[in-house]
Amino acid sequence: MSAATVPHARDVDAPTTARPKVSVKTPVVYALAALVTLALLLPGVGADESTTFQFSAGAEWFSLPNLTVPALMTLVVLTVVMAAAAAWAFVLVRQRRHAPPWLHVVVGLAFVLAFLTYAGAGKTSVIPMVSLLAGALALSVPLVFGALSGVICERSGIINIAIEGQLLFGAFAAAVTASALGSGYWGLIAAPVAGALVGALLAWFAVSYQVNQIIVGVVLNTLILGLTGFLFATVLSDNKALWNTRMPLPRLRIPVLAEIPVLGPVLFNQTVLIYLMYVIVVVLNVMLFRSRWGLRTRAVGEHPKAADTVGIKVNVRRVWNTILGGAVAGLGGAFFTVGSGLAFGREMSAGTGFIALAAMILGKWNPYGAVAAALLFGFSKNLGNVLSTIGSGVPSELLLMLPYLITIFAVAGFVGRVRPPAAEGIPYTKS
Amino acid sequence: MKLELQGITKVFGPLVANDHIDLVVEPGEIHALLGENGAGKSTLMNVLYGLYDPDDGQILLDGQPVRFKGPGDAVAAGIGMVHQHFMLVPVFTVAESVALGYEPTGAAGVLKLDEARRRVTEISDRFGFHVDPDALIEDLPVGVQQRVEIIKALSRDAKVLILDEPTAVLTPQETDELIGIMGELKESGTSIVFITHKLREVRAIADRITVIRRGKVVGEASPTSTETELASLMVGRSVNLSVEKAPAEPGVAAFQVEGLSVIAPNGTLLVDNLTFDVRGGEILCVAGVQGNGQTELAEVILGLEEADAGRLTLDGTDLLARSVKQRLRAGIGFVPEDRSTDGVVASFSIAENLILDLYDTEPFARGISLSPAKVAANAERRTEEFDVRYTSVHDPISTLSGGNAQKVVLAREMSRPLRLLVASQPTRGLDVGSIEFVHKRIVAERDNGTPVLIVSTELDEVLNLADRIAVMYRGRIVGIVDVAEENAQAGGVSRDMLGLMMAGVPMDEARAQAAEHRSVLGQADLDGDGIPDAAPEAPTAVSTEATTTPTPTTERQDS
Repeated sequence: MSAATVPHARDVDAPTTARPKVSVKTPVVYALAALVTLALLLPGVGADESTTFQFSAGAEWFSLPNLTVPALMTLVVLTVVMAAAAAWAFVLVRQRRHAPPWLHVVVGLAFVLAFLTYAGAGKTSVIPMVSLLAGALALSVPLVFGALSGVICERSGIINIAIEGQLLFGAFAAAVTASALGSGYWGLIAAPVAGALVGALLAWFAVSYQVNQIIVGVVLNTLILGLTGFLFATVLSDNKALWNTRMPLPRLRIPVLAEIPVLGPVLFNQTVLIYLMYVIVVVLNVMLFRSRWGLRTRAVGEHPKAADTVGIKVNVRRVWNTILGGAVAGLGGAFFTVGSGLAFGREMSAGTGFIALAAMILGKWNPYGAVAAALLFGFSKNLGNVLSTIGSGVPSELLLMLPYLITIFAVAGFVGRVRPPAAEGIPYTKS
Repeated sequence: MKLELQGITKVFGPLVANDHIDLVVEPGEIHALLGENGAGKSTLMNVLYGLYDPDDGQILLDGQPVRFKGPGDAVAAGIGMVHQHFMLVPVFTVAESVALGYEPTGAAGVLKLDEARRRVTEISDRFGFHVDPDALIEDLPVGVQQRVEIIKALSRDAKVLILDEPTAVLTPQETDELIGIMGELKESGTSIVFITHKLREVRAIADRITVIRRGKVVGEASPTSTETELASLMVGRSVNLSVEKAPAEPGVAAFQVEGLSVIAPNGTLLVDNLTFDVRGGEILCVAGVQGNGQTELAEVILGLEEADAGRLTLDGTDLLARSVKQRLRAGIGFVPEDRSTDGVVASFSIAENLILDLYDTEPFARGISLSPAKVAANAERRTEEFDVRYTSVHDPISTLSGGNAQKVVLAREMSRPLRLLVASQPTRGLDVGSIEFVHKRIVAERDNGTPVLIVSTELDEVLNLADRIAVMYRGRIVGIVDVAEENAQAGGVSRDMLGLMMAGVPMDEARAQAAEHRSVLGQADLDGDGIPDAAPEAPTAVSTEATTTPTPTTERQDS
């Protein structure tokens, strides 16, 4: 009997050319960026106006000169770039292909440059690139710490919604301790302890009592908000000099490295908290993927039963990771007070913890990815600040919305298929 | 190492999963633990592996009593286990999976991945496993994943290796290789406990057989026992292993699939340009190893999955443009692969589960309200017809055993006038009695003239039910075997041929290869006195009472 006698047997060697449908999100977003530039920014600049970008902070050995560009011409070129990218992405979608990742970066940069060019057009003030970037780094510090805290917890299977509370409690503890003991450095010790305490509470409820982790996290956030607010209004206000004096950490300028044009003053003229951040990011990435701790943490977060069958104590690992994650977030909270030289104020974390969670998701649960996402949010926030000081035509309230808008677009649009740790949020019981 | 279990008892609430079980495994023997789904085999092995704490009894290793607080202790004592559902982290590499829990580390706990790789390569080479230490687990076929599990156990110097239903996910050829590996392990002095409910394998592999039923040891058997003897020992009554069915009388090609493709979001072709049809009054079985596109095929027919290309026609009407509800109304009956998540709503009552598809139609609905009396009356009628054993139709369906829950699903899906029946894994996890019943109902539906499409990974089921067999591999149909023709020309459908097709070998080539080279199990079939592979013309006599035997109430729920 041959295949031909079998009804409807088909030639198995004939491959198909079908490809999955690709969403038109990407070209639409590109086209919107081009359209906004064309319709809102272009009409706002005069034909003979120009924009000046400043690349030096003034203290380095070699400083780059200022760059002055004709505003209208630059905007036209950037619009063409974005429109071309949109067209190409649309063609790719028709062919059921994805736009390459670098195209996102190109369009993003073009849009930011267009915005800066528009904002600085015809003004005597320059666009200070160094302080724009330095401020972006500073604003992303609590986001980076928060996102790393999320990575540590969620990789082991515990959802840490309490990052917000950990940041706030860290900020509070850092301010109070530094003020009472007379040095900002004490704050760096108190903050992680405070964060770890919140982490321990989360772990206790989530692991021992298997309470829904998101609910515990939200309740802890509310608890910390109320507790710090109460203490702020009573103890801290009664004796401000003792409990809530500003104790800024000093800036430490790293010799030689700080002299690199543009990046030097941005990266290497910072407080010890930011240098600590660099170390934690690198160490965490190495440990997570190259150490016994990391291997076991990931196993517990992906397939706890498999970890159990090789003798790993799943819940013990989760508890310790949640406490460690809390400590990292707490340390990040120190940025709000001693890190930026402020006294403690009510609700001063202002939702940063939730943006940090978004950064963690956008970074696909990887330390480096989370840092990149946190930097993006920090940059968008500082962009708003810088633009309102230069005095652009955009209302400052709108500019304050910028990081949140970017969060929504980034998380909803550009993430594609992200895969959280498989056992995230699911309590582990033996039988 | 000699392993002894004495009087092991494990109780879950009202259910005695293990009732004073005694078992002795001699060094270097392959000891089969035979029993139905839910008989308590896996529970026993989880006790042995330290995952469960026994309520009574003790474990002896070389005569010394031991107590395991967790799997770590069991592993340290030389017990290795390959679970039915592999204990591998999908995103890890092979080397990382093998190292997990016993990581070779340097300063600051940094992994020595080279050493982990070397461990894998060494064992892999010794037994000819051909496993790449840097491959990601999720990219490996299940047969290779199983070898990774064996490497994991061996790298920890396992003296007793427990294999829990190891062949459930393998092609016949992979099963053959596994049998070879088990032989080599035995030669090297490892004892193997082989848990299964498949009689053919037991007879081909085991040195000794212990049969468990409802949590108790009911006897020992030798591998020379016939399949019928083993089956009646396992089930506790005489059973008929093949389905009584008349030759098919196929009508017109009522259900047609043309160029159907389904693509995963990541671009993988899950269903690749399928073209076939199912005629009225015939059963087309889609055979293949789990994960070769059968699930998606079944779901795309009901509309749970979107088709990316192709056409589906039922009695001349195009299905793809219709919603799931319209397709159900058009007469499609659908038995989903995963009963507990897709087949029933666990917290709903039996009566409610029986009208999940008809809740908004007469007579159950009047305007916006339900008519509870009608719903209950319907439930009484259906449960009677489908022999569902229950206490009250208002009890949650989660109180039913797997077999009875599946009967509820069948009762619901077959209560409408059907023009197409699609059933995925209709008997997965069921006891023998329920399997007989489900098969009978499916054949009865065929005899009504309904086109029937069965998706199954169990070759026994495929050979029992099918009038034609479409073998799927990587989203494509490798070939369609006409059972009647094959019986006439070759004296029956060869398992070896189907097995080769399940691994992607085209039909004619598979037939030639299977004729030349028989697998261990294929050979055992010829040597032994097991039932013939497929002989629908010559049904074995069957007692009609057998199908109505009550399902054991102690049967465990599959969850």
